[in-house]
Amino acid sequence: MSLYSAETRRLTKRRFTKLFILGVTLILAAVAVGMFFTNEKVGPSQIASAQAQAQQDYQRSQEQFGRDMADCRAAQGTDRAGNWPPGCEGMVEPTPDDFQAQWYMPPTFDFLENFPDMVTTLAALLALVAFIVGASFVGAEWSSGGMMNLLLWRPQRLRVLGTKLVALLAFFTALTVVFSAVWTGLFYLIAQARGSTEGLTSGAWQSIGLMELRGLVLVIVAGAVGFGLASLGRHTAMALGVTIGALIVFQFGLGTVLSLAEVKFAEAYLIPIWMIAWMDKEVKVEDYNSCDFSSASGCVPDSLTLTWPMAGGILAGVFVLVVVAAMWTMRSRDVT
Amino acid sequence: MTAVLEIAGLQKTYRSRKGVRRALDGFDMTVEAGQVHGFLGPNGSGKTTTLRTLLGLIKPNGGRMAILGREVPESLPEVAGQVGAIVESPQFFGNFTAQDTLSLLADAGGVRKERVVAVLELVGLRDRSKDRVKTYSLGMKQRLAVASALLKEPKLLILDEPANGLDPGGIREMRTLMRNLAESGMTVVLSSHILGEIQLICDSVTIISAGRRVAAGSVADVLKTHTSSSVKVGLEAGVDMRPAIELLRANGAQVSVEHDHFTVGNAGNPAQITRILAERGIYVSELTPMSADLESVFLELTGTAPVEGQNRQVDQTAAATPASGGWGQ
Ligand SMILES: Nc1ncnc2c1ncn2[C@@H]1O[C@H](COP(=O)(O)OP(=O)(O)OP(=O)(O)O)[C@@H](O)[C@H]1O
Ligand SMILES: [Mg+2]
Repeated sequence: MSLYSAETRRLTKRRFTKLFILGVTLILAAVAVGMFFTNEKVGPSQIASAQAQAQQDYQRSQEQFGRDMADCRAAQGTDRAGNWPPGCEGMVEPTPDDFQAQWYMPPTFDFLENFPDMVTTLAALLALVAFIVGASFVGAEWSSGGMMNLLLWRPQRLRVLGTKLVALLAFFTALTVVFSAVWTGLFYLIAQARGSTEGLTSGAWQSIGLMELRGLVLVIVAGAVGFGLASLGRHTAMALGVTIGALIVFQFGLGTVLSLAEVKFAEAYLIPIWMIAWMDKEVKVEDYNSCDFSSASGCVPDSLTLTWPMAGGILAGVFVLVVVAAMWTMRSRDVT
Repeated sequence: MTAVLEIAGLQKTYRSRKGVRRALDGFDMTVEAGQVHGFLGPNGSGKTTTLRTLLGLIKPNGGRMAILGREVPESLPEVAGQVGAIVESPQFFGNFTAQDTLSLLADAGGVRKERVVAVLELVGLRDRSKDRVKTYSLGMKQRLAVASALLKEPKLLILDEPANGLDPGGIREMRTLMRNLAESGMTVVLSSHILGEIQLICDSVTIISAGRRVAAGSVADVLKTHTSSSVKVGLEAGVDMRPAIELLRANGAQVSVEHDHFTVGNAGNPAQITRILAERGIYVSELTPMSADLESVFLELTGTAPVEGQNRQVDQTAAATPASGGWGQ
């Protein structure tokens, strides 16, 4: 326990940690403020004005259509006829459906519909911070020789590294829980002031809670992977380097190669899609080069659905792989 | 007396892409309780490797070690609370203050908080303890390292070159500190290249060369057995020393040249010198048996005495063939 509290203290004392948490707080605050000012509440007057505007635009385009039609007819048989479709056919007359009032509504923050994106934003930012702080927490310790000092004090390698990791993950769990609570409260208030909180049944709350929980898992895995890579390479830069390298090779290189090779569902090999699958419970990848013909709906592209259990399996696999590798090398390496 | 530290047949081979390097080759060492023990050896002879292996930082390839009667590395976690150590100028995280650094260590090792203040006072860092370690001078960092080793009130204190970077006052303070600690019952193992210092404060020494022990025992014993054979030779003023030196070297003497005299390191029988020189008409005006000091014993045992006109390379040392007896007997 003493080692654990020392590690927590070391983590929170570090300027690096403080700086990054301050940074992410500022970014999140900016997002919340932006959402507050770009949205507004929709009442009868906004609906009326949206309807009026839709109607106005419909009429304007109706008139334009009439003028164009007349011009076209007049041009038939002259040398200007080439500017119009032959026989004035194929000119589409606008319908009221093309001018729906909802498209003229000011942006409004509907909690049920818009908050999930905010949860993903929060999780992604916190995961990034967890990764970097996790990597630097152990990386700086290795490269400064602090790890050697610590091992002289507690010659139990797995215990020392494990406690460090647990302290890191516990810290980020607490941080994510607090941030998620504040984030939810904040956007509930924003929705009340600048949108609506309609339809928030207990089931809706539950699914938001579960989504935040998946966000927490993402943060924890990111922190552990940053920590593990930096410990394997004994340097902060190692974790960052490996990650950037992996991103370049996998995301850009592999993405290009796969699409050149016209591999089916090339996106499914890329990381972001899996993140989305994890956070949004599922994501559909479509192959536009294919056609499943059905008489009811015509050509439908082949699709592959990635679900959150699949994404969760990958996250768990990466977590276990990196942590076990870090622990394994810690057990046997020479510390010089 | 009981042995606080025992090492027998320790082997360590470093492997890297460049090949293998045998750093320890059956090294033995014993340190009795309550002593200040000097651990000496030329650069690259394996001192730091020995201490790192002892403290569980690197894995040995063979041999056995025991601290306070317990086998290590198996029992290291249990004895660690009684061992304070610094290994070759430890580095600390630069952005923390000395106070923070020590209090984090105290936390991690379950040591009372009051010890932090006490050891900072002891090593003379009290007034600078709120400064970041990054801003410390070499000697101040070294003092902090010693403070960290003392934090646990250890029974065995292991210091790898603690005097590195200390000012003369600091060295003398360190000397007094070691003596006081030893008197209070602590056993101190001290590696250093400042042999005058070692001779002043150590009860016993171990000398290592090329990964093997070449001498061990109390300072007096080591001095007695190894240096009586060195004599200082002076010729009449104005006589060229060079022919005499060449002559003696040709006869197998180890001669080192000073500016107005020379010394013969392995003169078991000084009469031999006068006879050889007199036969060629060179007359000795001074022939003094040298009183042994640790430095000359060290140079003799490790074979690292400077030789005129040669640049000795770090791994050129004498390995495990103690030069006893000697030339001319
Ligand atoms: N990490 C390492 N990898 C490979 N070889 C090493 C490593 N550390 C030390 N060595 C080699 O092992 C030998 C012993 O080194 P060690 O550091 O123990 O010497 P030392 O007695 O402490 O020397 P010094 O007086 O210079 O501190 C040297 O030849 C050195 O080059
Ligand atoms: Mg050394």
